[in-house]
Amino acid sequence: MNLRIADLTRAELAQRLARGLDLATGPFRFRITSAEARVAEGLHGLYADFPVTEEAAPLRDFHVRVERVPGLRRWLRPQIRFMHDAHAPFKPLPAEHALASLEWGMNWCIASYAHHLLSLHAAVLEKNGRAVLLPGEPGAGKSTLTAALALSGWRLLSDEIALVRLEDGLLLPLARPVNLKNASIDIIRARFPEAVYGPLSRDTHKGAVIHLRPPGDAVARMAEPALPAWVVFPRWQAGAPARFKPRPRAGTFVYAAENSFNYSVLGETGFAALRGLIDRSECLDFSYGDLDHALAAFEGLVT
Amino acid sequence: MNTAFHTLLRALREPASMAGLDAAAWDGLLRHARACGLLSRLAADVRSAGVFDGLPEIVRHHMRAAEIVAERQHRAVRWEVHKLRQALAPLACPIVLLKGAAYVMAGLSPARGRILGDIDLLLPRDRLDQAETLLRFAGWFGAGHDAYDQRYYREWMHELPPVTHFRRGSTLDLHHNILPLTARCKPQAERLWTGVRRLDAELHRLGDADLVIHAATHLYHEGEWGYGLRNLADIDALLREFGARDEFWTSLTARAAELDLARPLAYALRHAAALLATPMPVPALAWAQRTIGLRAGFMDGLFRRGFATAHIEFDDAWSGLARFALYVRSHWLKMPPHRLLPHLARKALRRQPEEST
Repeated sequence: MNLRIADLTRAELAQRLARGLDLATGPFRFRITSAEARVAEGLHGLYADFPVTEEAAPLRDFHVRVERVPGLRRWLRPQIRFMHDAHAPFKPLPAEHALASLEWGMNWCIASYAHHLLSLHAAVLEKNGRAVLLPGEPGAGKSTLTAALALSGWRLLSDEIALVRLEDGLLLPLARPVNLKNASIDIIRARFPEAVYGPLSRDTHKGAVIHLRPPGDAVARMAEPALPAWVVFPRWQAGAPARFKPRPRAGTFVYAAENSFNYSVLGETGFAALRGLIDRSECLDFSYGDLDHALAAFEGLVT
Repeated sequence: MNTAFHTLLRALREPASMAGLDAAAWDGLLRHARACGLLSRLAADVRSAGVFDGLPEIVRHHMRAAEIVAERQHRAVRWEVHKLRQALAPLACPIVLLKGAAYVMAGLSPARGRILGDIDLLLPRDRLDQAETLLRFAGWFGAGHDAYDQRYYREWMHELPPVTHFRRGSTLDLHHNILPLTARCKPQAERLWTGVRRLDAELHRLGDADLVIHAATHLYHEGEWGYGLRNLADIDALLREFGARDEFWTSLTARAAELDLARPLAYALRHAAALLATPMPVPALAWAQRTIGLRAGFMDGLFRRGFATAHIEFDDAWSGLARFALYVRSHWLKMPPHRLLPHLARKALRRQPEEST
């Protein structure tokens, strides 16, 4: 039986984090170092089902830290910064946002360096071996739908970054926490009170933010890729019935390319990978006003 | 000095040695090589050595990713040079590409796996104003330079304030010389022009010896040493490419003296030989020793530390001091004290408001 983060006490986790904790998420190995209590608390809750790896021969994709910004200000208004290797990609944030900063920072590492994969800004879930990609503008209800599906029998692969393997076009999981913002926080908490949520960060640049612990099954299967089958653009509208509508492929391709983190870096390879993804997927628009109706409509996709 | 730095030097000298590294050595090497801008170069080396497929999966992924970024940068530079050629056609004068863009467009060996940034051009000084206007019409604008910056560049430097393309984001540096006008070494730009080689109707590069001398001058006047080893690797590659001909070495040292750039070249030869095992004839090394003279011991120590300062997490007790000394030295060489002190004071004062935002 492998050791999981939940098997450690919070104090043990904090000790390991201060020295450096190895955390594997899908294909990536992170080495996370932080003395921040908020980071230990957050990881203890959100990454409970993740394995604790203890290797004799350590080789990681990313070395990251969340650390206090030194200086006089730390006594007045303490700030933290996210560090990848020797540099800080973002400006410092108030110390209350330590956990959110780690989550964004880890996403940043993947989006900035994982060019052996095509990465798109989209959520990915899978059922019966077939995966749905959910791109969508902020405010379109993507995170709400992702969280609801992940808590209703769909396997969560990713909330923010879809990873397409260039060799075979399969989607790779990350199984990281789902980032809920503003209005979706209350909707999901009311609908799924039994799920585990991290601490609330108010007033980040994205508004209020909370993270949802990924279901145990999603974490246990984070090495298992999935075959893309649908690209669905969700749009929440008050009172709208839950309905799928076909969407032109060419426009879907262009939208996905523009919302990719590295399409232009990959050049021709990126074009081929994205074309493969769109070719094997049904492209749909999806409008909904009620979460239960939306879940039923997605059930209809797989049956 | 740190282990990862030594692993990196060995990897550059003997690429096949990378096949024998364990996971812990790779962990340090990947981080250090990336901080130095040399990961894509190592990728090219392991492929040539035929050992890529046997490397750990994480290493292959990061090397492939670094290659993809470098390939993209090479494509972008070719395209930008094409656009530049169109934009500057009315100048009807030769355009000399410098550094990375020259290596790529001339197909020289430092281009292998090299990451690229800004594009550097050398133009006759009296054509710079016209070139700047033409580039503005083509979408390259200067940004964020106040009156002081403008004066700093136009009166004292060897280049104009950088211009960036409003849509594509590419940045160009327009030079009329390879060192600031205020620098202690005073190469004459006219002499550089006598050696330039034609690549096609409009584009040129510096002559063989001048390429090496320019790379050395740039490296040993640099204040930030993060990419120092990458720049030394460029020099190593050029020396290996041109150095097969014996007469190259005599022309190289003579040319450095003619351009008043013997010192930087002498340091480059010593350090390339010592750190990267660049093959070179005994008289060339002896010339380098004579040129530097008694200072050699202390300065070599400083520079060798400088090459290892790319990644702060691998610092030792002396790294901070070395970094600071090299920064001060760079300014000292580029400006006389009566200009330097007010300039540094101004930079220090102006930095404050940016940090508090």
